[in-house]
Amino acid sequence: MIWVIGALLFWTGAWWLNTWLAGSSLAGTRAVKLAVPVIFGVTILVVWEALVRGLQVPGVILPPPTVIGAKFAASLAILWEDFVQTFIKGALSGFIIGCAAAVGTAIAIDRSPFLQRGLLPVGNFIAALPIIGTAPILVMWFGFDWHSKAAVVVVMVFFPMLVNTVQGLASSEVMQRDLMKTYSASYWQTLFKLRLPAAMPFIFNGLKISTTLALIGAIVAEFFGSPIRGMGFRISTEVGRLGLDMVWAEITVAAIAGSAFYGAVALIEKGVTFWHPSQRN
Amino acid sequence: MKSLVPVLTVVAAIMALWYGGAVWMNSQWTLDQAARAGTEASLRAIVVDTMAQDRPILPAPHQVLSELYDTVIDKKITSKRSLVFHAWITLSATLLGFVFGTIAGIFLAVGIVHNRAMDMSVMPWAIASQTIPILAIAPMIIVVMNSVGIQGLVPKAFISAYLSFFPVVVGMVKGLRSPGAMQLDLMRTYHASRVATFWKLRLPASMPYLFTSLKVGIAASLVGAIVGELPTGAVRGLGARMLSGSYYGQTIQIWSALFMAAAVAAGLVAIVGIIQRITLRRMGLAQ
Repeated sequence: MIWVIGALLFWTGAWWLNTWLAGSSLAGTRAVKLAVPVIFGVTILVVWEALVRGLQVPGVILPPPTVIGAKFAASLAILWEDFVQTFIKGALSGFIIGCAAAVGTAIAIDRSPFLQRGLLPVGNFIAALPIIGTAPILVMWFGFDWHSKAAVVVVMVFFPMLVNTVQGLASSEVMQRDLMKTYSASYWQTLFKLRLPAAMPFIFNGLKISTTLALIGAIVAEFFGSPIRGMGFRISTEVGRLGLDMVWAEITVAAIAGSAFYGAVALIEKGVTFWHPSQRN
Repeated sequence: MKSLVPVLTVVAAIMALWYGGAVWMNSQWTLDQAARAGTEASLRAIVVDTMAQDRPILPAPHQVLSELYDTVIDKKITSKRSLVFHAWITLSATLLGFVFGTIAGIFLAVGIVHNRAMDMSVMPWAIASQTIPILAIAPMIIVVMNSVGIQGLVPKAFISAYLSFFPVVVGMVKGLRSPGAMQLDLMRTYHASRVATFWKLRLPASMPYLFTSLKVGIAASLVGAIVGELPTGAVRGLGARMLSGSYYGQTIQIWSALFMAAAVAAGLVAIVGIIQRITLRRMGLAQ
């Protein structure tokens, strides 16, 4: 009972603190902008811990954060092995191949309006489909190891990337293209000096969407068969053994990997598209 | 209409590639059979055989179509072998989850827009949640809910709900904030209350954003429902058809389930699109 009351008190206190911070004159500063969500996150963890202990929720339903943390620290070697298998080998290689293929295809069909009119609606249509369903087929074709996961990722990221790149290549303005013409620039010079740089915000938008898709594709594809390592494999087997602390530890890794991947792409974007209005502050 | 011919050309090219791929990928089996029988397979025999194998590596399009026809039209829809039956299992979970996820998302967005503390605490997490693969916790939800005695539709709908929840929150916050300072000032000169401002300005202005996120959300919901069917051990639903197909090497079954899922997804997105067009036109917001 004391745990539950403690949880309620902590929640009220933290909420009061956040309301005060948000209403105070400091609300615009960077520190407060960072502190408020952190306080909220910590509150969730504390309330979770206290409620699980107070209501004596069994560990096979919801383990408390401290247990998950202990499990995480105790099985770093396994988690790292799974991370390498799923993220580095599966998701990252698929991401690079898929995005490179999509940008290449976009440049290849760039000179043919006919192909563009044909491929874009098809690409848009396919991008909305549950492509994850191709996972069992690709696992059958490429075997259980990371090659099939990379293949699923390639298929998943290809179409969003293609649509974004084609849109981006069309985004330079007539005036700018005319200027290139007055310089008597060739097609390739215009492409590399004007149109590809102008397409970068769109390309990075596609890349950012693809980071999440890549990780999802690699993890879900492992549900359809994998060697005895990998994040998706660990999640599905540990769920079967009711080892939920391990599942949560694996989910923590997935969350960190996903945010770090996205953050890395966003950071590169900041460097490449420094000229774009959305990057100025 | 202008793009009809190019689209058809691309689709025809895909079909040609598919048939070519089917011959190429399935020919190994044919050649093995011929070698075992001690005969030489002619090119013609290879092509004919690769079109009609029972468990091809890549089924030819017409095999998938005939399987689809067989399981959609010929079987009674109450039969467990009917694909319509399985599609409905998945679709009902998708829709239930989508409705709850959307409603919850809209409510949270309204709270975020009107409460500064909530905005500062929750919004960064809602945005961060877009970058993490939340689909990974689907198997856990199914098993945990199963162990407390909740089975069938609800766990899958729960996964669908949280997958559609976050896109709706993010899109809806953007939409509710989209009225400019001029419009908000005008409301203030009318001495409009916050409630009136919400109903008369913020909510109508958010509609284009809402529909954009609904399209993302419903596609995500369907994926969630399909993945949610995997850990229960392939009983019912489109995900279960794919999983049992991959267990038993029934490639034609996987492909037909995949096409059914694609058709359901396309249908759902199209329905949202139609509602969007009608609503925006009646509101005078159509481009």
